[in-house]
Amino acid sequence: MGTVTAAPARPSPPRRAMIAVEALDDLLNALRTAGYEPVGPTVGSGAIVLDELASAADLPHGRGSATGPGHYRLTERADGAVFGHSAGPQSWKQYLHPARRALFSADRDPATGEVALQTEPEAPVRYAFIGVRPCDLAAIKVLNRALRRPRDGDSGPFIVAVECTEPGAVCFCASTGTGPGCADRDGEFDLALVETDHRFLVTVGSPRGDAILDAVPHGTVPEGMLEATRAAVTAAESRMGRSLPATDLRVLLARSAEAGHWDDVAARCLACGNCTMVCPTCFCTSVEDTTDLTGDHAERWESWDSCFDIDFAYLHGGSVRTSTKSRYRQWLTHKFGTWHDQFGTSGCVGCGRCIAWCPVGIDVTEELTALDEEAAALSAPRTEEAR
Amino acid sequence: MSGSMLPRRYRVTENRRDTADTRTLCLAPLDEPIPHFRSGQFTMVYVFGVGEIPLSISGCPRVADHTLVHTVRAVGAVSAALCSAEPGTVVGVRGPFGTDWAVERAAGRDLLFVAGGIGLAPLRPPLLEVLSTRRDYGFVSVIAGARTPSEHLYRDEDEGWTARGARVLRTVDRAPADPGTRRPEPWTDSIGLVTDLLPRVPLRPERTTAYLCGPEVMMTHTGTALTKLGMHPADIVVSLERNMRCGIGVCGHCQLGPDFVCLNGAVTTLDHAEPLLAVGEL
Repeated sequence: MGTVTAAPARPSPPRRAMIAVEALDDLLNALRTAGYEPVGPTVGSGAIVLDELASAADLPHGRGSATGPGHYRLTERADGAVFGHSAGPQSWKQYLHPARRALFSADRDPATGEVALQTEPEAPVRYAFIGVRPCDLAAIKVLNRALRRPRDGDSGPFIVAVECTEPGAVCFCASTGTGPGCADRDGEFDLALVETDHRFLVTVGSPRGDAILDAVPHGTVPEGMLEATRAAVTAAESRMGRSLPATDLRVLLARSAEAGHWDDVAARCLACGNCTMVCPTCFCTSVEDTTDLTGDHAERWESWDSCFDIDFAYLHGGSVRTSTKSRYRQWLTHKFGTWHDQFGTSGCVGCGRCIAWCPVGIDVTEELTALDEEAAALSAPRTEEAR
Repeated sequence: MSGSMLPRRYRVTENRRDTADTRTLCLAPLDEPIPHFRSGQFTMVYVFGVGEIPLSISGCPRVADHTLVHTVRAVGAVSAALCSAEPGTVVGVRGPFGTDWAVERAAGRDLLFVAGGIGLAPLRPPLLEVLSTRRDYGFVSVIAGARTPSEHLYRDEDEGWTARGARVLRTVDRAPADPGTRRPEPWTDSIGLVTDLLPRVPLRPERTTAYLCGPEVMMTHTGTALTKLGMHPADIVVSLERNMRCGIGVCGHCQLGPDFVCLNGAVTTLDHAEPLLAVGEL
């Protein structure tokens, strides 16, 4: 009694500003000055790939992408938009969870047999991720949780998110609740942009984002820009190429272990593992032990692995999952079902990469719909038969 | 991350032959030892340049001198290298990982240990632990099965376990003729499945906790038999085996439904494990 507890401060509206497309170079320079290495989308190998950005000219100005099941092509855009593309084959996973990394090396003294183990000191690169889509922003969070990493706060990459106004044909982030907007996701980004007519609405999401914006030429938000950009993001929600069945997928998958539809998918699935490689949240790894020719220097490397590999669940005597059906079931059930049990969220962020990069065009949204229909058919009252 | 993936160095101090393909290794730390283990936990053991495998600990957790005892069956490159490791060899150890048998939770109850083959190795720590505070428990019974007489582990310990108050029963699938002498291997105990011996142990279903370790089919079969005898699946504890590589739930290999066996197992109760094991290729 007598202690006055202040009511929690009502969060004031975030700081917003407008920057012109020409200021993107200033943004990259400000980030570099602050000690970050900017990486972001650029055109390479006939796709939008992620790479170091020497200047804003490296960004894919005027390039879009056309996607479909088993299909991805770059397109030209008349409007010159910088972030007018949907997800490319890579994701931020390649920086946060590299495809291959050394765990340790070991040296054995040939005379005494004594062994010394050492880890390579990691020289941490402070990345600035430019152009992170809301789906991929969610994927960063999901991936870090799966890798049981603490929240990295200010030591983590600087994130410039770009809200989505133009979803692709394989996108379904509206179904997973991970897009197309992200301006309300406090603490997940430092700056969030919405692109419109060679200008960007900027929303500040962190104190370090605030400091960077100060170093970039910017203006006040013109009248109507906030409303117009919000409307564009909201409109994108209704233009998703795909959607998930409106059911509790965790429940559906828990009761679908013996579903007949797995045989149908297995008849098409090549078990190539492409879906797991392009997935921004698939985190599984394997290790490889090597020695040099003297036999006295050994190394242990970690690399991405896939649950589609027959040796993935190997035990002496054989693999636990020999059939393609069981491996596809493991992947889909983990991603949309048991991920909830393990990490409290879905493992899918609706980016659609697994659909575009499946060589036979298997579409998770269609497979889940088919499983849902099978479950519904099984539980429906069989009135016809009863008669 | 690299800290938990970097092994600590241990030296092999002893390598005892158990059976034709199985050895028991004693390891002593060269670096700061790994934290003390609980019975039923496992470690990841690294052999220089060959690789790393999960091994359950087979030594007594009451021995707190930082040494580790592992019983290894040569079934692959790493386990074969370990079986042939001379005393003095340096290996790497990470851990201890996973859940434990938690025998202290069964204080005052009857205990039944049922092992199949090398499954007796992970059950040795809780058995030794129980026998060191024998008065805390009711009946303590051990049923151990192996394919043939010469594949039985720790037979030289039966007398000591019996003297300390355990009823020990052993069985084999068959007692084949020795290829040299063409005579059957000497075997005076039973021939048959471990479940055939259940009538020969004092079983008060509601007062008993059972610990099963062995091939999956042996554990589910024994679990079914014990359930039929009136035991509750929550009182039947099993140790699962899946492909465990990291030990810390980040490599993804050991998943069994919602579980990471290296974190939520390997030891778990049958009421939890049974529905998972019932689905083929899960």
